[in-house]
Formats: sequence, C-alpha cells, structure tokens
Amino acid sequence: MNDKKQQKDAEAAAAASGKKKFSAADLRVIKDLEHLSLSDTMELKRELDNYKNFSLAINPDEGMYKGGHFEFAFEIKPTFPYDAPKVRCKQKIYHPNIDLEGNVCLNILREDWKPVLNLNAIFVGLQFLFLEPNASDPLNKEAAEDLKHNREGFKRNVRAAMGGGNVKGESFDRVMK
Amino acid sequence: MAAADIAFLPNGSEGTRARWKYLDKVLDRPGPFTDPDSFVPGNHETLERAKVLGAGGLGCEILKNLALSGFKDIHVIDMDTIDVSNLNRQFLFRAADVGKYKAEVAAAFVEKRVKGVQITPYCGKIQDKDEEYYKQFALIVCGLDSIEARRWINSMLVGMVDGNDPDSLKPLIDGGTEGFKGQARVIFPTMTSCIECQLDMHAPRAAVPLCTLATIPRQPQHCIEWAHIIAWEEERKEITLDTDDPEHITWLFQKASKRAEEFNIPGVTYSMTQGVVKNIIPAIASTNAIVAASCCNEAFKLLTNANPFLGFPGTDNYMMYTGDESVYTYTFEHQKKDDCPVCGEEALARPLEIDPEATLQEFVDSLAERPEAQLKTPSIRTTEKSLYIQSAADYERMTRPNLEKKMKDLTAEGEEMLVSDKAFPTMFKYVVVWKR
Repeated sequence: MNDKKQQKDAEAAAAASGKKKFSAADLRVIKDLEHLSLSDTMELKRELDNYKNFSLAINPDEGMYKGGHFEFAFEIKPTFPYDAPKVRCKQKIYHPNIDLEGNVCLNILREDWKPVLNLNAIFVGLQFLFLEPNASDPLNKEAAEDLKHNREGFKRNVRAAMGGGNVKGESFDRVMK
Repeated sequence: MAAADIAFLPNGSEGTRARWKYLDKVLDRPGPFTDPDSFVPGNHETLERAKVLGAGGLGCEILKNLALSGFKDIHVIDMDTIDVSNLNRQFLFRAADVGKYKAEVAAAFVEKRVKGVQITPYCGKIQDKDEEYYKQFALIVCGLDSIEARRWINSMLVGMVDGNDPDSLKPLIDGGTEGFKGQARVIFPTMTSCIECQLDMHAPRAAVPLCTLATIPRQPQHCIEWAHIIAWEEERKEITLDTDDPEHITWLFQKASKRAEEFNIPGVTYSMTQGVVKNIIPAIASTNAIVAASCCNEAFKLLTNANPFLGFPGTDNYMMYTGDESVYTYTFEHQKKDDCPVCGEEALARPLEIDPEATLQEFVDSLAERPEAQLKTPSIRTTEKSLYIQSAADYERMTRPNLEKKMKDLTAEGEEMLVSDKAFPTMFKYVVVWKR
C-alpha cells in the first residue's frame, strides 16, 4: 500500500516536472528501426539518438546500377506513420524515377503510402528502383525516354553518369563504390 | 427585448425546469433499450456534477450541445483566435469578436445563454496540460483538427490508466470532419481500440504521383503542387516555405500559373494555391453539427446510462458518416490492435522499480530475469538518450561505457524507459521508480 502511494507520488512528481514521454511517432519509428531486415546491399547510417533523420545507402549488386553507392536522406515527421517519411537522393544521379534535385518517384512514398507500411517497405522499394528502373513513371524525362527507346544507350549513360561523367550536357556525381 | 428573451430562453420561472422538460423525460424514465441495471431514473446529479472537457475545432457545436444536454461543469481548451472566415459556421462568435480567443468568447456566450452552466476556458494547446489536469474530468470530448493532437491526447489518456484505480480511466469521445465526411468514436483507453490502433482509418492525404506533377499535369492543382514541391526546391531551396507568408504564396501562384499556361490548363487562382498548399478542406457546417451532436449524445448516454452508448468493450465504437453522396452512416466495432505502439500490451508503461545505486550492467542482467521480459540482448533508451543499444555493433560499442555508470546518473524518477530486444517483435515501456 505504501509502495503504491510512493509510486503515485513519483508519478505526480514526474507529471508536474513535465518529464518527457515517448511520442507515438517515436515509438513507431524506434520499432521500425529495431526490426529492420536489411539485405547486404543496404546500409543504414544513423546517429545514436536521432530517429528523425538518418540515411540509407544502397549498393546494388546486380542490374544496370551494379557497383554504385546511392545515399538517401530520410526525414521522419511528427505525423509518422500517418505521413510517409520525406526521402531524397543525396547525389545527383541519372535515373528515370529520380530527378536531378533528388526527388524520388516511388508510389509508396506518396500516393500509395499507408500507416501499415513500414520503413523496411520503403527501403525495399528504393532498392527495387535500381533493379528495375521504370520508364512509365518518369521524373527525369530524358532518362525515361532513353530507357524506353534505346536501352543500350541508356545503359551506357548510366555507366557514364555513375562514373561522374556528363550525359547530354548534364554532369553527374561520381557514385561508384 | 425582455419578452423575446423569455421566448428564446425557456429557462422557466424561478424553480421550474421548463427548458429541461424534454431532457428530464429522458432522465426520469427508462426507454426500450435502457439497461435497467445501470440506469437510475430521476438521477440528475451525475450529469450535473460531471466535470467534462471539450477541446478543438468542433468547439462551438460541442460546447453548445454539452450545455444544452444538462452538463453544468464544462472546461474548454482551444488555442485559436477568431478569424473572420469562422463566422459563417461558428455561431457563438460575432464580427466584433474577431481576434479574440475562441475559448473565452465561446465560454462567455454559452454561460450567458444557458443559466447555471459554468464554463472554464483555457486558451492554449492541449499539450500545455499534464496528467494532473486531465485527471479531474469524467470524460473528454474532442473535436480536434489535427491527427497530431489526437495522437497526443490519446497517448496521454492511455498512459494515465492505472489498473488499480478505475477513476484513472477517462473515456475519450473523438469527433472529426473533413468536408462532407466525418466520424464519431468512443475510446476506453487500454480497454478498446485507440486512436493509434485506428490510424489507418483516417482518409489518406490525396496525393498525386510525383511523376504526374513533373511530366503530365492534367489539373490546375497539379501545377500548384508542382510549384510547391519541385519548383520551390529548385529555385528557393535556401528559404523555408511559410504557407502563411503572402509573398511565398504569390510566388507559388505565379509559378503555377506559368506552368498551367504551358500545358493549357485553365483555373489556377490565388485562393486555390492557398488551398492546395495549406491542404485546406472546406469545413461544412452541417457535417460539424452532425458529428458534434453524435459525440455529445455519446457523452450524455455514457454518464447517465439512459441508453446504450458506443464504445462499451466488445460492442460498436465507431460511427462513420458521409454526406457527399446522399447521406449514409455505418457503425461498427473497430478492434483493438495487440501490437499497437500506444495501447498494445507491451506498450503500456509499467512502473519499474530500479535501485538508483545499481549499475546499468546490473540492470541489464536483471532484465533477463524479469518474467514478462526475459530479454537476453536488450536495448535500453530513455526519452533523453540511448543508454545501451545492442541492435547494431557500432551502437553497442558507443553505449558500452554506460554499463559501468549508476542508474541514478543515467535516468531519473518518473522518466519513461523503452526496452526492446531484436529477438522479440514487442517493446516494453517502463516508468522509472526508485527502489527505496
């Protein structure tokens, strides 16, 4: 009984001193991060106490982007998981679904995001973009046109851009691992 | 004037209850669905004594309904001030009130119109208040306008529940509207499905694929979204977009107009730009009225037992309403989620007695022996910092020095502590209590 009383007092003291609680978004993001199943081609970079901002590196081991190292910045909003995280490619790359500013066109980042999806689903979705770039949802229109009409030329452009070269007058970041 | 007052305010002469004639009928005799075991005919006291809280955007409706349902001790929280655009539907406010706090004006208005009601306004955020404050109410009726605020009050009320004290359980009645759609739901924190369990019930934000915006806009809204998401980032990256800054909206409006012209799309206007960028959905007075009425009805039934209410564990707890294609309502039971990060079994913060003099290493060892945990490789964090993380090798290395420190130097009494283990899908939430 006395214990109960003490505990009540402690709780009251805590409430009065405004002790912080984990927010629902915190709990969800910690849970997501704690239960990731990352493949060997993915690498999560995160500061110890920062759950709101982190980055994911993808190192494709097959497909046209094989040998590259692509980094994405994640920003988790307080409304997560009602709102999807904000994701941006940190490098300037040549990809039909990623524009030169780093915006990514991935359905589950925008129109098809649902709170039941988790960070792992986004990670897998991003990786998929490098295995199967998609010409029908273009964000970099020129790259999409190349992919659609001239697959061999597109492959050459990808290699050139990944090496830090120019493609059609646009210079790209070197992203070879 | 005096005669008109009497006609409009049938408080009745001293000692009579003319105004409450119909309410009394509901309170004084059972109806066909009334549970005879819990209903006490003629009991007016429960209702009159109950201290209830109304919060948020449905404020006018909720306050009016509660006062006219016979509640006498009503508290109201609202952080907003009155804007001229509120006057079409927020009927407690007049043009002269523009700029004043909604809670204060509404409280004064209702107190004047309904004699005997006491309304205590607080002009600020629900987040300003602590457990002690929320503890005083019998129930809470919310018409909040953001999901963030809903999640906050939800996790506050879930966190307050103390299994040994039935009074610590505060029913939450939540109403929300979006255009012609709305919902009313009743939550018994920890007992029934909570707002976090129901997160996927919120209509998703209408979003157009980024590639549509970038390549083939079809509607004026697409051009505005393009200006908002793509053009701004390209040209004004260094400036943080402030949707309340007219200069910023003007810039977006001009960008969008130019793009619309290129694609031959008519219809981009300044106010549409504002609407799209701020994600404004017009508030419909009738939707608000219906949803608020349902919420207050539930509050009334819950306290008086005059009729079955929503939310009783195992029964319906969610009423959805849609008025955009004819009028339709559907009431159902939204099930509680076992793995809910707020009200799931493992998410409830239990008090955990810790010896302040023990080292973190000793504490980690003790977790392996706790019956509900039995965690062999726990990761431990407080709201302030990560104490010991084992989910990745480099975090383990970074946090290892903490193992030798004493618990009293790492955490504080009353602080929340989250313990997880890669081997388990669940997390455990504790509140630190010092062992004495």
